[in-house]
Amino acid sequence: MPRELPYADKASREMAKRASAERIQTVWDRYDRMQPQCGFGTLGICCRICSMGPCRVDPFGDGPQAGVCGADADTIAARNIGRMIAAGAAAHSDHGRDVAHTLLMAAGEKDCDYSVKDPEKLAAIAAVYGIATSGRSVKEIAGDLARAALEEFGRQEGFLKMASTAPAARQEIWRNLGIYPRAIDREVVEMMHRTNMGVDTDFKNIVKHGMRTALADGWGGSMIATELSDAIFGSPDIRRSRANLGVLKADCVNVVVHGHEPTLSDVIAIVSQDKKLIEKARAKGANGIVVAGICCTANEILMRHGIPLAGSFMQQELAIITGAVDLMVVDVQCLMPALSGVAKCFHTKLVTTSPKAKMPGVEHIEFSEEHAVRIAERILETAIDNFSNRNPARVQIPSDSERLVAGFTTESVFRFLGGKYRATYRPLNDAVISGRLRGAAGVIGCSNPNVEYEEGHLKMVKELLKNDVLVVTTGCNAITCAKHGLLKPEAAFEFGGKGLQEICGAVGIPPVLHVGSCVDNSRILRTLANIVAEGGLGADISDLPVAGAAPEWMSEKAVAIGFYFVASGVYTMICQPLPVEGSRNLHKYLTEEVEAQTGGKWAFEIDPVEAARKMIRHIDKKRKALKLKPPMYEQPFKPEP
Amino acid sequence: MKKGVITIRVQRCLGCKSCEIACAAAHSVAKDVRGMARDGERPGHRVNVEPCGRRAVPVHCNHCEEAACMAACPTGAIHREGEGEPVLVDVGRCIGCKMCVQACPFGVIVINPSGKGVLKCDQCVERLARGEDPACVAACPTGALLFAEPSEAARAKRRRAARQLVWEQSEGEPGER
Repeated sequence: MPRELPYADKASREMAKRASAERIQTVWDRYDRMQPQCGFGTLGICCRICSMGPCRVDPFGDGPQAGVCGADADTIAARNIGRMIAAGAAAHSDHGRDVAHTLLMAAGEKDCDYSVKDPEKLAAIAAVYGIATSGRSVKEIAGDLARAALEEFGRQEGFLKMASTAPAARQEIWRNLGIYPRAIDREVVEMMHRTNMGVDTDFKNIVKHGMRTALADGWGGSMIATELSDAIFGSPDIRRSRANLGVLKADCVNVVVHGHEPTLSDVIAIVSQDKKLIEKARAKGANGIVVAGICCTANEILMRHGIPLAGSFMQQELAIITGAVDLMVVDVQCLMPALSGVAKCFHTKLVTTSPKAKMPGVEHIEFSEEHAVRIAERILETAIDNFSNRNPARVQIPSDSERLVAGFTTESVFRFLGGKYRATYRPLNDAVISGRLRGAAGVIGCSNPNVEYEEGHLKMVKELLKNDVLVVTTGCNAITCAKHGLLKPEAAFEFGGKGLQEICGAVGIPPVLHVGSCVDNSRILRTLANIVAEGGLGADISDLPVAGAAPEWMSEKAVAIGFYFVASGVYTMICQPLPVEGSRNLHKYLTEEVEAQTGGKWAFEIDPVEAARKMIRHIDKKRKALKLKPPMYEQPFKPEP
Repeated sequence: MKKGVITIRVQRCLGCKSCEIACAAAHSVAKDVRGMARDGERPGHRVNVEPCGRRAVPVHCNHCEEAACMAACPTGAIHREGEGEPVLVDVGRCIGCKMCVQACPFGVIVINPSGKGVLKCDQCVERLARGEDPACVAACPTGALLFAEPSEAARAKRRRAARQLVWEQSEGEPGER
């Protein structure tokens, strides 16, 4: 039976239908075949940590209540979640390490395909590390900064320097709780140690270190990835583009980049404009070269080059099913192993590039920063060569694509608000203080077949906009918003409340601001810190009328992100709960008690509209605590009197 | 030999499929999961955990008194050794016609994934002879599967219903008064 995707964009629906008709298995089919999924894993009470197990605790209370070692549901669920945080933090941070390494190469004496494109950003980050900038060359500063950033990973003494950019009050809370991150690798390693057989049994103590590990990601690894990427590839600027499978062109060589890191894809984006290559494509009968992206690699090059978005995580197979993709090049993270099977159904050539991510039977063109341009050329040439293998009879490109505006950053959005010469957060803070804006929400994260595709993202975002809550977005939520027209400035007038309409109308911004990839959630942290610094809305992030959400979360990275927002004082909503429900104590701790410690907490609500309303209720609670005026305009979802 | 039926408490099933794995292991040569994986054996499972919305339901052979599969079998391969005993397949007499698969109203007779013929639940007769529960029941970590004599199983259900009634009509916890 063809899979109905009632909330998805038209292009996805068309391609899912084609997949069913042609019996090509996709993520939704595999999800159905996997049903029912094991409740022990879902509840987080299955332990595979040592070989006395595997063990599982009976959630109904009749069977075993502890594993062979004696670990109860609380310990088992906390250890599992701790390891998820460690894996998520590792993924983001290893990406950060690669970016720092690239900066080091750009600073070297040898010829290199990378250079510092944003010296202003370089100097700003150098200042965080106390690196002298005046009278020094960009290369000298870059070298010092790259080394200082790399030191953050293996620092043996002291604390993460990058975390010193958090508000003072926040850092004080971390110090008092004993969760100030020390070194990025260290926190991940320590989490693996603590959750090893027979180490940390106290679930609160495990979560405490979990928050420290997550902070080492958000205010460390991810922030390094974002800031140094800006320095190397240039800070994003506001730019227009398009999103959805309709950006592929039947008469062009179509190259889809998929994964997370910008190092290769940025070069591919530039090299694809090379006249020689375009000529070669013409010689093969193509009309040019189209580069489009999937997942966060897409977001990275959209933000910096305006490269169109082909689709989100759930569309990686659908892109190939258009029959028009001549080559899909992947780096790391969120790559479905099923891609190789789907690619075999068409002429599409799948190419892996990272030594960390290979696939059996898939061509591997190993990427190295030393020869970035040469490798990018080789990949594009492979795509051009494969164009002749395309069977035009099997090409079915959906016509749908949507306009979008992206490229907002901590710096650029407020240059926008305040003007280039008086960049300031003042207008934003004032809008919140006056009640024109009720608050702001970060809606981010993956997509997951365990909910209707895109229903959570769209319903939540629209409910927030309707209630004058400005939304910032990253990752696959951003791609979903883009495909559904929420990243167009005029979307404010269709979906926004009156206050939001006024702000967006006056400044000319969309009601949903795309701030980048999933490591770029650190931009949201940095923005929150800047709002606090601007003044008038409290002394700490936990005072702000803001909330975060990942309605369709899937990856361990989302768990790490959620925990660093909770540890930074943000109310964090997800729809399907974390796998902790087998432990009542841990569930209660994460959704209630932790708020007394960090000011943030987790919330789980499966209905996306109700989830948005819970976020709004939290925003109202914070407005009240700040003694702010009630929202300026009548709100569809009424504040409590 | 133990006699009884496998009863299901649906609300307790977490869908871990331990019953499926234990069933396959009990019917394998190696008689254990690791051995089965090592030898690449595919003994198949006779119980199937089926999804129902987000719930999971293990579906077994009911060993019907007037078993449709037995009536449909042209060679007498499907038989019962004695009254109240499980319905079994004699592999030697099975010709693989799959009439039983068509006849079974519960869809619990499955095609053998390796080799000819069909698979159906035998209630682990070897285990019953040793006084043990069927492998699927023994493997269920939440007690969603029970092996009980039918009248005993019914009595247990009646008592549950009685407790429910008392609880609904009084303030206290079930079984309190």
